Amino acid sequence: MRPLSSLTPGERAVVARIDIPPEQRGRLLEMGLLPGTPVELVRFAPLGDPVEIKLRNYHLSLRKLEADKIQVH
Amino acid sequence: MKPFTVVLTGNPNCGKTTLFNALTGLRGRVGNYAGVTVERKEGSLTGADARFPVTLLDLPGTYSLSPQSPDEQIARDILFQRVADVPAPDLVVVVVDASNLQRNLYFATQVIELGHPTLLTLNMVDVARDRGHDIDTDALSKALGVPVIPMVASQGEGLEPLRHFIRSQASSPGTRHVIPREFNELPEAFGREAQAIETALERHFPHRSRLAAAEALLLLSDERALPTDKTNTDGNTNGNTANTRYPSALIEQVLSARRRLEAAGVDWRSTAIEARYARLFAIEQHVTRETPPPDELLSDRIDRVVTHRVWGPLIFVTVMALMFQSIFWLAKYPMDGIEAAVDALAQWVGSSMPPGDLNDLITRGAIAGVGSVVIFLPQICLLFLFIGLLEDTGYMSRAAFLMDRLMSRVGLHGKSFIPMLSSFACAIPGIMATRTIETRQDRLATILVAPLMSCSARLPVYTVLIAACIPQRNGWPGLTLLMMYLLGIAGALGMAWIFKKTLLRGEPPMLILELPPYKRPMLGAVLRQMWDRSKLFLKRAGTVILGINILLWFLATYPRSSELQQEFDQRHAQWKQAASNPPTSAESETLKRLDQEEAGEKLRQSFAGRLGRAIEPALKPLGFDWKIGIGIVTSFAAREVFVSTLSVVYNVGGDSENTASLAEVMKSERRDDGRKTYTPLTGLTLMVFYVFAMQCVSTVAVVRRETNSWKWPLFQTVYMTSLAWILAFLTYQVGTRLGF
Repeated sequence: MRPLSSLTPGERAVVARIDIPPEQRGRLLEMGLLPGTPVELVRFAPLGDPVEIKLRNYHLSLRKLEADKIQVH
Repeated sequence: MKPFTVVLTGNPNCGKTTLFNALTGLRGRVGNYAGVTVERKEGSLTGADARFPVTLLDLPGTYSLSPQSPDEQIARDILFQRVADVPAPDLVVVVVDASNLQRNLYFATQVIELGHPTLLTLNMVDVARDRGHDIDTDALSKALGVPVIPMVASQGEGLEPLRHFIRSQASSPGTRHVIPREFNELPEAFGREAQAIETALERHFPHRSRLAAAEALLLLSDERALPTDKTNTDGNTNGNTANTRYPSALIEQVLSARRRLEAAGVDWRSTAIEARYARLFAIEQHVTRETPPPDELLSDRIDRVVTHRVWGPLIFVTVMALMFQSIFWLAKYPMDGIEAAVDALAQWVGSSMPPGDLNDLITRGAIAGVGSVVIFLPQICLLFLFIGLLEDTGYMSRAAFLMDRLMSRVGLHGKSFIPMLSSFACAIPGIMATRTIETRQDRLATILVAPLMSCSARLPVYTVLIAACIPQRNGWPGLTLLMMYLLGIAGALGMAWIFKKTLLRGEPPMLILELPPYKRPMLGAVLRQMWDRSKLFLKRAGTVILGINILLWFLATYPRSSELQQEFDQRHAQWKQAASNPPTSAESETLKRLDQEEAGEKLRQSFAGRLGRAIEPALKPLGFDWKIGIGIVTSFAAREVFVSTLSVVYNVGGDSENTASLAEVMKSERRDDGRKTYTPLTGLTLMVFYVFAMQCVSTVAVVRRETNSWKWPLFQTVYMTSLAWILAFLTYQVGTRLGF
């Protein structure tokens, strides 16, 4: 397992665990980012943060701080 | 007859507004929901049977029934029939983006579970097909238990079947039977608890028993759906509206249910979400035939350039520069026109009415006041046009994506960038543009610091002070101007950082930003939206601005001294006697100077003049005299009034074109002790003051409107004025110590 933010652009993985406190991650789950969801890291923003990912056929942007806490395999 | 109410709802970027515009023929009305600055879009269905009128309500885009912003909260509350002035929907139309089926269905199935008569429109089926997703609408309809209409709203495809469906529903009265449906396969323990809460809800709220099942699920799994002691009551985004007081026994039941689930190892927060997505994945597999998608989508190809390491920032800077420049310069022409028209109108009214107080009130109070509102319209329209285009094409979220890193350094969101930038032109459209920011804390912080960016109204002040005080060589004037702009930016970012650390602290907001596919903007809709938003500004802010302008006119006009009037009447009579007919140019000049002297003397005697003297002790440590004090008092209406006031104070005449002659007069102005009044240090101090001071009634009025309370505009005025005073004080004192 490694953090989502460690993927290189174009690399795919599957979400394993989300280490964001339960009371804060509700919206992330509702957006479909759940354990077992396949994700692709699309790119990092020009300044290195935030990061763009692709899941369930759409594009979503998260800060690295959060992407660091999402474990994938 | 009560119109048949259709509520349109769906995720952001699903094409809901396009559909609304098509159904209402771009003739929707825009207002606000009572008590919040959420746009309320309402319209009548065109082509409806006159006997069965249909009202359409376009709810704000929503990702789920657990709201994260005021927009989403309104949408949820309407669907739960909790908004007093919105009737229960007769039909709910959920718009779903076919190319993004699972996530759109997450919300759609939540809505279907509410038990209202519901129809699903599967929008953008063309995009989905291009991407290799072929959806069987009949199968989807069967799986969801509601009618499904495929559609391409932007091309008008599928509109007729939808209209037909709505019309037939509107014309067949009677209750419609809705099959209750749930799209969760919940673990048994969870389902049992939810069922018990549902029963309790039905008992407590029999009038909305239809919603009980969905409400029970939310109460159990969304901690913020349940009011707790910590619920903030101050314009909160997640608290509950007054008619949703849950009995304490029910609250206790929910809390103990959660505890039991926790003890059994069930995560009550995520169980329902995971169960729903599992079900939706199965439904999608069942109804969609996947063909291999094209190698790379156009939108992705665009993004490779627009968010590119090098091209991305370059394009961004170009787009922003274009926008900023046109707000600054393009708006200048209509603004000049408006100014001329208002002046001409005032002149015409002034000369066609008998002179006197009423004449003065109408021309200098009311007409000038209305003028000071309308003058902002070109800038506001242009900004909203640009924002509309950026939003509609999908570039706005890319801009936030690019800028988030920089803005997050001071605790703000990428979305705060556009409002801050717009405030260079004018803080009013900038503050109105903060509506795109979801988090309340971020939005407030942005509103609080936006007026620190040097707006165009400060430019005349800087110009005249630089001309009067700063040495006109070695590029000093330009450098000074640049320094003032940089000072404003530094102030705004610094204060944002402080506010986010103190007053507006909160859980650090996460960035969860969807990057929707690019699309061609619908120009008609963008223009319509621009006009709707600008009209709202005129109506709401306009009345306050007008009122305060009249008050300031009063302060600058009264009290009138009859002795003073007599003296000047006498001097006018003397002039008339001595003057030849027609008067020589020298004699006209004398008359002009006499008029200017009269205006100046009257202002000095007025309440504003007295106020200027009264605040002199506070201004002395800054090196300002009472004449500058008058300028500061009157320019609370708007910063540029400072220039015209000084012209009156120094008897130059009130025209704004007289900047050059005003600067000349200011240069020769002496203090009582014979030193020059306008030294470079005085000029610099005064400019520093204007960088930070609020000095804009219109901004106060708009902040009042956007925050829906007097608390924030008052706080903002106090903090900005204090900051202005302190920094001006430091500038002056340090400058004096250094021997300037």
